[in-house]
Amino acid sequence: MRDLTVRAEGLRQVFDDPDIGEVVAIDELSLEIQAGELTALVGPDGAGKTTLMRLLAGLLKPAAGSLTVLGTDVLKHPQAVQDRISYMPQRFGLYEDLSVQENLDLYADLHGVPPDQRKERFGRMLEMTDMARFTDRPAGKLSGGMKQKLGLACTLVRSPDLLLLDEPSVGVDPLSRRDLWAIVQQLVDDERLSVIISTSYMDEAERCARVFVMDKGRILADGTPAALTAKAAGLTFTATPPAGTPARELQARLIDHPSLVVDAVPEAGRVRFIRQPDADQAKCEALLGDIRTAPRAEELEDAFMMLLRQQQDEPPQSPASQAAESDADVPMPPRDEKPVIVVRDLVRKFGDFTAVASTSFDVGRGEIFGLLGPNGAGKTTTFRMLCGLLPATSGQLEVAGRNLRTARAQARAKIGYVAQKFALYGNLSVRQNLEFFGGAYGMRGRELAGRIKNAIAQFDLDPSAQSGLLPAGYKQRLAMATGLLHRPEILFLDEPTSGIDPLARRAFWRTITALSKEGVTIVITTHFMEEAEYCDRIAIQDAGEMLIIGTPAEVREKAAAGADGETVRTMNDAFIAVVEQNRARHDRQRAAA
Amino acid sequence: MGAIAFLFPLLALIRKELFAILKDPSSRALLFAPALIQALLFGYGATYDLTNAPFALLDQSRSEASARIVADIEGTGVFHRIATLQSTSQIADQIESGDALLVVSFPADFAATLARGEQAQVQAIFDGRNSSTAGLAAAYLSAIVARYNAEEGASAPLSIVRRAWFNPNFESRWNLMPALIASLSMLQTLMLSALSVAREREQGTFDQLLVTPLTPGQILIGKALPAILIGLLQSTIIFLIIRFWFQIPMNGQVWLMYLGLIAFTTAAVGLGLSISAVALTMQQAMLYTFILIMPLMLLSGLLTPVRNMPAILQWATYANPLRFGIDLVRRVYLEGARLSDVAFDFVPLLAVAAVTLPLAAWLFRNRLS
Amino acid sequence: MIAVASFSRLVALTRKETRQMLRDRSNLVVGLVLPAVLILLFGYGLSFDVTDARVAVVLEDSSPVTLNAVAGLAGSDYLSPIWMHSMPEAEAMIRAGEADAILRVPSEFTRDLSHGSGTLQLILNGVDSNTAQSIEGYATGAITNALEHLADRGDARFGDAGGITLVQRTWFNEAGTSTWFLVPGLIVLVMTLIGAFLTSLLIAREWERGTLESLFVTPVRPLELVLSKLAPYLVIGAIDLVMCLLAAKFLFHVPMRGSLWIIVLSSMLYLLVSLAMGLWISGVTRNQFAASQMALLASFMPAMMLSGFVFDLRNVPLVVQVISQALPATHFMSLVKTLFMVGNYWPEIAKSVVILSLYGVLLIWATRRTLAKRLD
Repeated sequence: MRDLTVRAEGLRQVFDDPDIGEVVAIDELSLEIQAGELTALVGPDGAGKTTLMRLLAGLLKPAAGSLTVLGTDVLKHPQAVQDRISYMPQRFGLYEDLSVQENLDLYADLHGVPPDQRKERFGRMLEMTDMARFTDRPAGKLSGGMKQKLGLACTLVRSPDLLLLDEPSVGVDPLSRRDLWAIVQQLVDDERLSVIISTSYMDEAERCARVFVMDKGRILADGTPAALTAKAAGLTFTATPPAGTPARELQARLIDHPSLVVDAVPEAGRVRFIRQPDADQAKCEALLGDIRTAPRAEELEDAFMMLLRQQQDEPPQSPASQAAESDADVPMPPRDEKPVIVVRDLVRKFGDFTAVASTSFDVGRGEIFGLLGPNGAGKTTTFRMLCGLLPATSGQLEVAGRNLRTARAQARAKIGYVAQKFALYGNLSVRQNLEFFGGAYGMRGRELAGRIKNAIAQFDLDPSAQSGLLPAGYKQRLAMATGLLHRPEILFLDEPTSGIDPLARRAFWRTITALSKEGVTIVITTHFMEEAEYCDRIAIQDAGEMLIIGTPAEVREKAAAGADGETVRTMNDAFIAVVEQNRARHDRQRAAA
Repeated sequence: MGAIAFLFPLLALIRKELFAILKDPSSRALLFAPALIQALLFGYGATYDLTNAPFALLDQSRSEASARIVADIEGTGVFHRIATLQSTSQIADQIESGDALLVVSFPADFAATLARGEQAQVQAIFDGRNSSTAGLAAAYLSAIVARYNAEEGASAPLSIVRRAWFNPNFESRWNLMPALIASLSMLQTLMLSALSVAREREQGTFDQLLVTPLTPGQILIGKALPAILIGLLQSTIIFLIIRFWFQIPMNGQVWLMYLGLIAFTTAAVGLGLSISAVALTMQQAMLYTFILIMPLMLLSGLLTPVRNMPAILQWATYANPLRFGIDLVRRVYLEGARLSDVAFDFVPLLAVAAVTLPLAAWLFRNRLS
Repeated sequence: MIAVASFSRLVALTRKETRQMLRDRSNLVVGLVLPAVLILLFGYGLSFDVTDARVAVVLEDSSPVTLNAVAGLAGSDYLSPIWMHSMPEAEAMIRAGEADAILRVPSEFTRDLSHGSGTLQLILNGVDSNTAQSIEGYATGAITNALEHLADRGDARFGDAGGITLVQRTWFNEAGTSTWFLVPGLIVLVMTLIGAFLTSLLIAREWERGTLESLFVTPVRPLELVLSKLAPYLVIGAIDLVMCLLAAKFLFHVPMRGSLWIIVLSSMLYLLVSLAMGLWISGVTRNQFAASQMALLASFMPAMMLSGFVFDLRNVPLVVQVISQALPATHFMSLVKTLFMVGNYWPEIAKSVVILSLYGVLLIWATRRTLAKRLD
């Protein structure tokens, strides 16, 4: 028998909630995790992943059950376990006012790393995280991806017997995500490190030796990625939409039939979907009609989606299809050729630092426009200028025909804005939030009540729930409902799907595609590159510069053309290729100069 | 139409602010319990009145005259004897330990000197650690001795009839408590308004507010009104405690006091919102508030009269809304001052509000993060 | 070995806290600039000493005797008489806040005096009862003195020579200067302020920013966290203490009769208690807003109002006395005033030091418990 790092039996964790009463976070959970390998915990929001991680780290006391970590009873001797493990919480607590080096020193001192080992270790960590240049910079001034890497470096100042990583890649761009994984992989290879990682990215789970799928505080399934993937065998297909139809419209049609289709996502102009195992053949054919389908190899994500859909008590009515019905009487705004967003030579500087360098683009009415880029590329700055929250240093900016910063309040009534992090009043109820923002947009009386009623139905919200306590997916729905309440012509969404599980993301995109069909213009940023496939056009920014603008297909093509020899299969690959090609070019120029 | 378009979004904002402040019981308690508790506690605790002056007696004379004076002293109800000493060497310990506020000492030849028709001396030694208490006790004692002399025909047959207006029994509580109506509520309204925008900035909701069609003016009013309302509510709680629990009679017009409180609270909220608009984080907002609160309280005449300050500090108090808030409430409450008497107090208050409120509104949108 | 590891962790954490403290300028403003401002405001701004109180003297009788009697007022440093002739005029001055008192000399005063019952009328604005009583004392004293002078000159109308003289001596503060007792009290307030305004944010901030979760899963022990957070602020407090002592001695000339070392050591002990109190509040509330409100309401305001700083605790009801005695500030207030004005009075020193030490240990222990490495 191999060594076990973790052994849990009958573990149960409940939290007291003043409103709801007892909430069961971990429910009679038993598991065994092997030493010396990578183990993934996957599951939707509220599955209990973070709670389990905290239990493993000795930070919580369970209501019942036993838990042994590294052969020690963690419930009795948490400090003994904490002396041997390293733990990176979801929000790693970097001291933002301390520099990179000072953060590393602090954790090295706390772990008692001897000075001779420290030099070697720091050198390696700084090299792996590519942060040797920034050791004097305050941690607060790092981009989101860099912060995560520094957090990982602080966690790994010494070689632990067990490494716990709680969703390390949330809100991290593909490049940083790749770097993070390179570090972890290297340590596993070099030091036979035991790692437990929770994630909502299936491509990350696929790299692990063993995957535990969690839901509602229990283990739904576990096994090697291959064994789990096999659950979807024979059910996975690709559908090619007729010429002229965007893939997302076909995807929307498929995903609106949950009894036949488990899941559908657009990819490279086609739609990947999973058939329900017990789906009625005739109905399937009726749904697909003359659309060409071809079988494709199953992936872990397919199996995961199947497991989650089986767990759903009832297949939900897709919120967006209701939206389409309830808003059917809204006259569609005329599609004219004049762009609704015009950006010319936009520049924004903070002191010496240029956050956005001479950027120009247009967005047409009803278009879904994706703004992509690594952390710190200037996406959020661009976004804030578009929404009128930040003045531009120079350049021209028109949204709905006006400059929002100087325009009168009525111009702002035409836009909706969903911020990066949850930015509604957490201590107000769902209804109170909706009422307030409705009121702020000048709605009142029966009109407001009607729209709130629709929004609550459309997004399946509990009007009396306290907003701040909602699960991430519902917070996101509420933010959307709020942003859409006044029926804006343009909707700005800043990383709306960050930290949200795949199910919620599907529902979210279903809403977006429905809105676009009604003529609402959508500008969105995201770190999930597969989501770029829903966009009409995407732009990739890096270091304030606009690198490329075009349809997803065009971007993929150009990326492939520039990449010598490397395969560019997915949008993720294309993104990495575009950014790296540009960075390499800059490096060459700098070297030449 | 314009008015309605202005008013309804504003009402929504005010409603939201009030909900956010008053939603859960603990934040409600945090708003009103401190005002209640502090008003009661300070009402009893913050007193300059001499109610209990322990004294030690060293009577080496043991005469009828000394006994009469001691009886007079004890008859005031303020002094009570805690020790009877035998020798002068015991005096120091009584005073140094703080057990006795004063030691009254009659020399052995006291009665004999008096009988000879000469000036006999009574000695009183005071613990001067709190000079105002010592001063009050000394005044009481002087009065007792003077009365004795007058009764004995030993001094001029002069009586000074004292009449104190507005506070006949010289109760210091009467002076302090009305000042609390303004100062206690200011503590929290300042904090509340200083945090209101800073909190929204930190939680990201302020951006969400700025992208709505609300104008800076609407946001300003929407933020200021609830804070003013809460401040007035706190003042009312304290007012009711003073009026009905401590039963300090109100001589002035209630509406005038409230008019003054509205002006005062508006100025305080203006200060708070300006802090809030400048501060980037809640922590900064809190620290700025602390830094501001201390001088505001000290230079307000709450604890000691403004007129005892050096001229330069007296000038500085003109920028202090609390000074005029306190003055206004005190004079209306106790002296029954009329609008014409206190009209001047409104000038600095309105001036502070007129500067800080537009400043805050401008900063809402133009403070860059 | 274990002790060495613990010590090096403590050093690392203290270095971290110090850096954080120094990098946020607002800490230094509250920690150093605010105390300096307070020292000046307290020293110069707060005073109970009445000077030039305006007394409207209404002379309805202007015989030489009367003039002699009221002349004493003009000679007083504390009073400045305003001569006038009609009561309504004088009353209006009080209402307008232009005069603090009226001394009325009735037209029949001289005649009554020679018949053995002269009566003067003194009307005071009683709103500021403290000032009013002082004015009464000064006015009465000035007039009585003037009449005694007449008596000494042999005018029997003003009393015979025999009678009682009250010889008053005020120990420790002969002149009754209020600065002498306000400035030592200031040390208490400044030490309280650092705890209430600065350390009360420390643990709450780490909870809010999520840094504690990472810190917990290291070999660090709760007590090390507590001590490392106290250390840098003890230094700030020590600097403030030096400022206070220098100001007391050279700006305000307050006597320092006790030993300087005992003043310094006991102040540092109270500083520790105050800092630990702030930390404990921080650890209990886990929320910067609530912590600062709590600290302000439960620590600073009571230290200002209920510790015997200006209001003598002898005069307050029992309930309030009990609450006062529960405040560490009260014990230090009494100690520091004694040390400054009385000297090394050992029973008081011993009692206060024991009580403050107990508070220190208790609060550090309680704070350590709030940092037990648990998230639930």
